[in-house]
Amino acid sequence: MRGLALLVALGMLAGPQLARAEATKSSPEKDMKAFQAYFTHKFPKVPLKDFVNGPYSMNEGLRKQWIEKETFPPYDFALDHGKELFNKPFKNGKTFADCFPNKGIGIRQNYPYFDDKTNEVITLEVAVNQCLEKNGEKPYNYMKDDMAAVTAYMAFTSRGKPFNIKVPKNNPKALEAYEKGKQYFYQRRGQFNFSCASCHVQEPGEHIRAEVLAPALGILNAMPIYRSEWGGMGTISRRFTSCNSQVRGVPLKPQDPEYRNVEYYLSYMANGLPISGPGARP
Amino acid sequence: MASTIRVRAIAGADTTEVQALVQHPMDSGFVKNAKGEIIPAHHIETVQFETGGKTVFTALWGPAVSKDPFVKFSFKGGKKGDDLKITWVDNKGATDTTTAKIM
Amino acid sequence: MRIMTSIVAGAAVLMALTSAHAAETADTFKAAYEKAEAANKKAGELRNQWTTTDKALKAAKKAADEGNFDVATKQAKQAEALANASIAQTKQEEKLWPDAVIR
Repeated sequence: MRGLALLVALGMLAGPQLARAEATKSSPEKDMKAFQAYFTHKFPKVPLKDFVNGPYSMNEGLRKQWIEKETFPPYDFALDHGKELFNKPFKNGKTFADCFPNKGIGIRQNYPYFDDKTNEVITLEVAVNQCLEKNGEKPYNYMKDDMAAVTAYMAFTSRGKPFNIKVPKNNPKALEAYEKGKQYFYQRRGQFNFSCASCHVQEPGEHIRAEVLAPALGILNAMPIYRSEWGGMGTISRRFTSCNSQVRGVPLKPQDPEYRNVEYYLSYMANGLPISGPGARP
Repeated sequence: MASTIRVRAIAGADTTEVQALVQHPMDSGFVKNAKGEIIPAHHIETVQFETGGKTVFTALWGPAVSKDPFVKFSFKGGKKGDDLKITWVDNKGATDTTTAKIM
Repeated sequence: MRIMTSIVAGAAVLMALTSAHAAETADTFKAAYEKAEAANKKAGELRNQWTTTDKALKAAKKAADEGNFDVATKQAKQAEALANASIAQTKQEEKLWPDAVIR
C-alpha cells in the first residue's frame, strides 16, 4: 500500500542518532588516505590494486567467470569501434588527437580535472563532446554507443596507469567542487533513502538482490563497462543516472555539476590505483 | 566488413580448447521496443566448428541465447597448425564464416 | 526534533488520505494537483525528486482525464506527500551526511 511505503520511507529517516564527530581539518589528501585505509582494513586479503576489479575482488566465483571471459571480453567490439571513431577525421579534417594532450593517448587517468578558466570540472566525457563541438561535429549522447566506444578506447590506452587526479590548492573553487562531490556521495536520496555510501562503503561484497556490490574504492577505474544487465556498453553517466533511479530518485541530466563533482571526488579517492577500463560487469 | 567471429583454439596433449565470441544481436522476438512494437526475431540458429574435414562441435542456439554469445568447449584431437573453420547461420538465412589456425 | 516532525507530518497526511471525503470535483482536483506540482518543483530545485512522486502525478492526471476525480485527487495528495517527504529528506540529509564520511 502506498501509504505504508511512505511511512516506511519516513521511518527510515529516523536512523540511529550518530555521535557527531568533532570538526576535523581534512584535505583531499587526508580523505584519500583514510578512504583507502578503510577498504584495505575491511578486506585485508585484497591487494590495493585489485579493488579496481569491483565485485570480482569481492567474490571468488564471479572472479573465475570474469577471468575466463576476458579472453574475448564483451567490450571488444565497442573497443574496436572506438578506435575507428577516434582516428576518423572530422568533416574539417581534424581528429580527436588535435584536442587532447599527447594526442589523446594514455591520458585517461588525468580526468576529471578542474578547469581554472571556466571554473568547472571537466570529465573525459565532457572533453570528448567539447572536442566534437569545437570541430563542428554533433556531440554524442553521454550514456552509451559512440561515447562509450571512444572513452573505452581512451581508457584502454591508459590501462595500468594510476589515477592522477589533482585538486589545485591555488583555486578554492576546485576544492569546493571536490567537497560537493564528497557530499553527493554520502548524502541519502530517493525514496529508498540510500546514498552511494549505503551500498559501496557499508556493504561491498554483500548482495543486493542477485548482484554483488562493488567497493567504492576504484569503482570508476574500469569505466566504461559492458554490463551484462544492459546487454551493452554504458558510460559513467549511464551508471550514475541508473543508480539514482534504482533508489527511486529522479536522475539529473548526464554531466550535471553534481555528477561531475562526485566523479571528481571518487576518482581522487582512487589516486594511485590503475586504470583497468574498459571493463565487463555482470 | 570486420568478421563477426573471434576465435582462439589452443591444442593440448589430447584435446584442443576453443573459445569464440560471436557478434550478433540475438533478438529473441519476444522483446518490445520503446514504442511497444515487437523487435522481430533475429538470432543465430546453428554454429559449426570443423577441422580436418570433420565437424567437431555443433551449437544449436536460438532465441534463448543472449546478445554477442561467448562459447567455450574442448574436443579430442586437433594439433597446432591445423585449420579450424567456424560458420554460423541465422534465422534470416544470413551467415558468416572464419578460419583460424589452432595454436 | 526534526525527525518526529517529519513522521507526524507524514501521519497527518496519511489520515487525510484515508478519511472519508465528499466527492471530489475538477476544481478540488486542480487545487490538489497544483499543490503537489509546486511541492515537486521545490524538490526539483533541491535536486532530489522521487520517481514515485512523478508516478503519482501521472496517475492523478490520467484519472482526472478519465473524469475520475476521487481517485485523481487522492493520487494528487499522495504526490504532494511524497514530494514533501523528499524535501524533508534533503533538508535532514544536508545536516546528517558528514557523519557518514570515512575519516
